[in-house]
Amino acid sequence: MESLLTRLRSGEVLVADGAMGTLLFERGLERGDSPEGLNLTRPEVLEEVARLYFDAGAQIVQTNTFGGSPLKLAMYNLDGQTEEINARAAQAVRRAVGEKAYVSGSCGPTGRILKPYGDTEPEDVRAAFERQMKALLEAGVDLLCVETMTDLAEARMAVEAARSLSKEIPVVATMTFDPTPRGFFTVMGTDIPTAARELAAAGADILGSNCGNGIEQMIRIALEFKEHSTLPVIIQSNAGIPVHEDGETVYPEGPEFMAEKARELLVAGVAIIGGCCGTTPDHICALRKAVAAANGPAPG
Amino acid sequence: MEIVKRIASELELGEEEKVAELTRAAIQEGLPAREILDDGLIAGMNVVGAKFRAHEIFLPEVLLAAKAMYAGLDELKPLLLKEKVPPRGKVVIGTVQGDLHDIGKNLVGIMLRGAGFEIIDLGKDVSPERFVEAAQESGATVIGMSALLTTTMPVMKEVVAMLKREGLANRIRTVVGGAPVSAEYAREIGADAYAYDGANAVEQVQALLG
Repeated sequence: MESLLTRLRSGEVLVADGAMGTLLFERGLERGDSPEGLNLTRPEVLEEVARLYFDAGAQIVQTNTFGGSPLKLAMYNLDGQTEEINARAAQAVRRAVGEKAYVSGSCGPTGRILKPYGDTEPEDVRAAFERQMKALLEAGVDLLCVETMTDLAEARMAVEAARSLSKEIPVVATMTFDPTPRGFFTVMGTDIPTAARELAAAGADILGSNCGNGIEQMIRIALEFKEHSTLPVIIQSNAGIPVHEDGETVYPEGPEFMAEKARELLVAGVAIIGGCCGTTPDHICALRKAVAAANGPAPG
Repeated sequence: MEIVKRIASELELGEEEKVAELTRAAIQEGLPAREILDDGLIAGMNVVGAKFRAHEIFLPEVLLAAKAMYAGLDELKPLLLKEKVPPRGKVVIGTVQGDLHDIGKNLVGIMLRGAGFEIIDLGKDVSPERFVEAAQESGATVIGMSALLTTTMPVMKEVVAMLKREGLANRIRTVVGGAPVSAEYAREIGADAYAYDGANAVEQVQALLG
């Protein structure tokens, strides 16, 4: 498989996968259980979900390790099994996609608030990411994805941890922004120019945003990243902001709507488009078609 | 500047030690506990809440202000007890079972404490039974529940149903909030109120206890 960064540099746009949680709940994940606990008990479910996204057209498929840092796993007393939990997730996605898609090692926030605002030592956070990422790398992931970050210090440490383990591995870093009257900021107060500068300095190869917004706000976020960075930009949008309908909570943006709007992401020059909360294999399928139309005839 | 106003302005800046020091000084001066609380600590936290809501400041500033507020409250606690200043009310809060997101809930706790309520924070991943038991044991009159995942929202419904079943719904009121939660959802499950952010949670609780 050609290297991810080479393909992006050539101007090719790639499609990443969509939401994981909903599919896991449909397959027996119980409320209150660690989503990563499944990696030990039912790895076949991970393989099935990865295959759904791969078959839908995802070229980058994430591991079920969003909460796979030992600091986060400790909330379920699973931190002792950090290595196995991360390795099994990477192996499951590899079994599903072979060498036909990139396996992306997902690394979400530790859930801790760093000193001086909270009680967690920054060094503990760095060590936690290193331990998780080492396990993912040893299990053969093709890239590491630091995602859904709101604290720039934590995001930076995660990227630095990745970089300290491997000079070559592509590292994605995404943060979650809220629209405010003064522009986009994370809840911890980081704006896009600062995120773009600092994450690049920490060693990220691909920058962008996931979660928190529907695709229309994400277009504005993408434009701002492009304005402040020359690195490839990744956007993983929610399927809108959930609304309540007939006793069900639904995400309002359907596959066709997202795919239509995704054209604007392509015009903005986004390099990787995928989904976050509320998106399904159908969304990814529609996104892949929109991207294929823009990329021209695609091999396979 | 009047000492209670200085307490408020140092609190806004998140100056933990200065707030503690000024609170001690205000007590030394013989000011009533209620005045130090209302015009100093609560007034300061109100400004912080309003600025956060307007996106003028972000979570780090709120967390530092909250630390300063707690430092002041610790100094003031003996005097509040001595002068028998009652809390505005007791509120049990928690993030519902299965939900490990708790920054939103923590903010609600900070804002409610900052508004003079006594908070019993059950943390995250709280079962319906624990919410109800904790409210009964502590004599709290409000249960505040937060969820950030659509899959955990039904726990809120279970708490409301449990309170009705056990005949407690008129004594213990419920407020729900969190990203996927809406006013319509609150109405549908029979919760007493919906709060869209931490500052609004204070308004909703005040209205319920009005």
